[in-house]
Amino acid sequence: MLEDRHPYLPNLDKRITQQMLNRLKIDSIDDLFRDIPESLVLKKRLNLPEGKSELEVKKHIEETLAKNKVYPEYLCFLGGGVWPHYVPAVVDEIVSRSEFYTSYTPYQPEISQGVLQALFEYQSLICDLTAMDVANSSMYDWATAVGEACRMAVRFKKRSRIVTSRNIGPERFEVMKNLCEPAGIDVDVVGFDLETGETDLSQLLAAINDDVAAIYLENPNFFGVIESKVFEIADAIHSKGGLFIVGVDPLSLGLLKPPGEYGADIVVGEGQPLGLHMNYGGPLLGIFACKGDQNLIRQMPGRIIGMTTSKDGTRRGYCMVLQTREQHIRRENATSNICTNEALCAIAAAVYLSLLGSEGLRELSKLIMYNSHYASKLLSEIRGIKSPYFTSTFFKDFTLGITKDGVSAEELHKRLVEYRILGGLPLSRYYEELSNVALFSVTEIHTKEDIQRLVDAVGKVVS
Amino acid sequence: MGFKQATWDEPLLIELGKEGRCGYSLPKVDGDLESVVKLIPERLLRKDIPLPSLSEPQVVRHFVRLSQMNYCVDLGMYPLGSCTMKYNPKIAERIASDPHLTRLHPYQPVETVQGILEIMYNLSKMLAEITGTAKVTLAPAAGAHGEFVGCLIIRAYIKDKGELKVRNEMLIPESAHGTNPASAVMAGFKVVKIPTDEEGLVDIEALKAAISQRTAGMMLTVPNTLGLFERRVEEISKIIHEAGGLMYYDGANMNALLGRVRPGDMGFDIVHMNLHKTFATPHGGGGPGSGPLGVSKELVDFLPVPLVDYDGEKYFLNYNIPKTIGRIKGFYGNISVLIKAYTYILMVGSDKLKEISNQSVLASNYLLSNLNSSMYLLPYSKGIPRKHEFVVSAKPIQMKSGVRAMDIAKSLLDLSLHAPTIYFPLIVDEALMIEPTETEPMENLDEYAKALNTIAHQAEEDPQRIIDAPINTSIKRLDEVKASHPLTMKLNWRGLK
Repeated sequence: MLEDRHPYLPNLDKRITQQMLNRLKIDSIDDLFRDIPESLVLKKRLNLPEGKSELEVKKHIEETLAKNKVYPEYLCFLGGGVWPHYVPAVVDEIVSRSEFYTSYTPYQPEISQGVLQALFEYQSLICDLTAMDVANSSMYDWATAVGEACRMAVRFKKRSRIVTSRNIGPERFEVMKNLCEPAGIDVDVVGFDLETGETDLSQLLAAINDDVAAIYLENPNFFGVIESKVFEIADAIHSKGGLFIVGVDPLSLGLLKPPGEYGADIVVGEGQPLGLHMNYGGPLLGIFACKGDQNLIRQMPGRIIGMTTSKDGTRRGYCMVLQTREQHIRRENATSNICTNEALCAIAAAVYLSLLGSEGLRELSKLIMYNSHYASKLLSEIRGIKSPYFTSTFFKDFTLGITKDGVSAEELHKRLVEYRILGGLPLSRYYEELSNVALFSVTEIHTKEDIQRLVDAVGKVVS
Repeated sequence: MGFKQATWDEPLLIELGKEGRCGYSLPKVDGDLESVVKLIPERLLRKDIPLPSLSEPQVVRHFVRLSQMNYCVDLGMYPLGSCTMKYNPKIAERIASDPHLTRLHPYQPVETVQGILEIMYNLSKMLAEITGTAKVTLAPAAGAHGEFVGCLIIRAYIKDKGELKVRNEMLIPESAHGTNPASAVMAGFKVVKIPTDEEGLVDIEALKAAISQRTAGMMLTVPNTLGLFERRVEEISKIIHEAGGLMYYDGANMNALLGRVRPGDMGFDIVHMNLHKTFATPHGGGGPGSGPLGVSKELVDFLPVPLVDYDGEKYFLNYNIPKTIGRIKGFYGNISVLIKAYTYILMVGSDKLKEISNQSVLASNYLLSNLNSSMYLLPYSKGIPRKHEFVVSAKPIQMKSGVRAMDIAKSLLDLSLHAPTIYFPLIVDEALMIEPTETEPMENLDEYAKALNTIAHQAEEDPQRIIDAPINTSIKRLDEVKASHPLTMKLNWRGLK
């Protein structure tokens, strides 16, 4: 009888269950739960749907998902931390190998060399990309990586303040605060220049003193604007004995100087552009890297994979290292509680970066920058639009100001859907003074025709 | 046994790379791409990028070869206690790769994401029903992340009552997962360890002694890490609640209780679930996971923002949570993991949900009954059935032959069997923690027990053989001390030669 079986329960058949019960010398499975107080045992069947066949479940979920609007039917010009990028077929192919995706944390390194070497390579690629010495094998996302970086800096420096800028991602700022608050860390926020979109340097310099464990800045920042004063900022914080934490979009690093070359001590970022689908914002990939100071490394959160040899010294191999920082050894003294991370996403990023190589990354960065500037320029030709709103150079994300009265950024965001365009995050949600500014993002997936569709639609909405 | 794992002496990407290769192609654009380089201030322009350069076939072969040196659930049994590694249905993977999911941007207007919001809303309702809680947030990215969020909620609750200055202690059994104390400390609590009594359960007398007006709450795993149901859990709840604290349920072991007992009914105020464990979403070699969190009615107002809600017509992201702890992740959770759990629950349904816990508990006790009990000692509560997992001590083997739990684990690898969790919980000497799960056919349970018994026997006759294991894996036993030593540590491929 098929209804008495279930595809995932090989011993459900009464005859097999009985054989097992016989071995245990008991009459029923209920006997195995005899130590549970009667008062706790659930008397009803849970209010869930009856089990369905694979065929029915697939149909049901696919029909539900079909209500979502996605490209190519709807063009997506949204960014700000998750971006529409092309994921090469090879990446999906590799992370779909069940040897990777159905394995667990590599507690037994001898049979987990695949995941371990791939993660070691991911760490090394991130170091190459950011010009740092050590990377961990991932955090949940950029936002949680920022919070952990602040806590790490505070532990390392034994100081209690963090300074950041209002132009970092607002969601990231909220998560960062949430991670800092229980640790008694004060977060000071300095403003940005309303003309350029860059962090206000004089405010920032004024905020630095001997209590500051670190400055956290994003480059490019939430507005897509490239922070041009990073050398001065690095010098300033270092002269006061603090750390410089920089958050990055990794794809900008094909053109922009890596943070390690302008004085960053810790680099965090969002790895989603490195071969991960957007998936409505998760799973993401928190990048986390730092300088090679032994004491700093020992304060790092998360898993680190290292290279070693077999005990007989004949072969190279890989295993988890420095586990004495981690929760399963150090418990309440651990550097962080992170345990399950985003390992498969890190493998995807390793595959992606190895496909790109140095030249591929450079060309991709250029194409993204070109496309976004091309779009911004066309949009700026619309009457009633100022694009970019901020004057400093941008990468991928850019601000668009609506100078025409009567159309709000919120309305533009909503109305664009009528033209089957998803775009223009209204910044008024986060910044009062940017009441009519929207954030757009253009990447390598957008063709000139796509961009023209956007321009036409924006033109119609503001006309 | 004929098992031999693939052995590729696979070089690193950096050793395979060669200038002049690229595995990526880009659309051609009609325009001067170089023009954008001039827009970047000269001193911020990157000069060189040291990434290795490879062709597509090289990249594919490299990673396929690596995959062949990796054990996984799809290859065989993975009985890591406390980690619940069960078979992950393939249909869930297929569904999670639907472009109507993968191409969604988190900032899209809610009118354009009604499908995914409907699924998230339904899933959170289902998880609330399964756990016996009032409302569930899907945002936490992993079990430990859920623990941290739960601790933040406890903190916010105490702060709301104006007791934060005094109430700052979290009680945690000494047998708990390491994430519990780490999460509590991250949320600003002091950890008070509660010992285990002679039955292997929470020592109630010690608990009573530890209770004070400083008690913020207790984090408890049921069944505990010995695989034992905390039969006095109601009493424990009562003690904590009367002291003004909250009860936190660590859901790592919930696979043992599905459809049979609900944490909410046991008196827990906050419950996290590990979707990658109980709800059969694959673990990806270390993640992504997902750690939804359910809370009682009294705590709903403290949940993180946003919550997925429904106003009778449309689904939306609700930011209007009166006493919210705020945001705990960049966006709304690990959505592709959530949809796999949703698929799994729909397939299993109300009719078979309880069979999951039934069958996993049956498998664990069956496997235990087949072990040589003089070699593998069962500590605590003899005669009481274990739940989905059990812990035995290999102390007798060590006493006789010097062979340790670690050596037994490595020896299993040689037989194409994954090792159990070892040396945990810390309260058992030479611990082996075994969790076969409900998806292992009886024959595999027999095989696993037989392998363990054979190893115990061999340890006596030829201990060196066990100590030298593994030899059939892609690499022989690794030097893990060298890997972590400051003088020999290599965390990056630079400076290798």
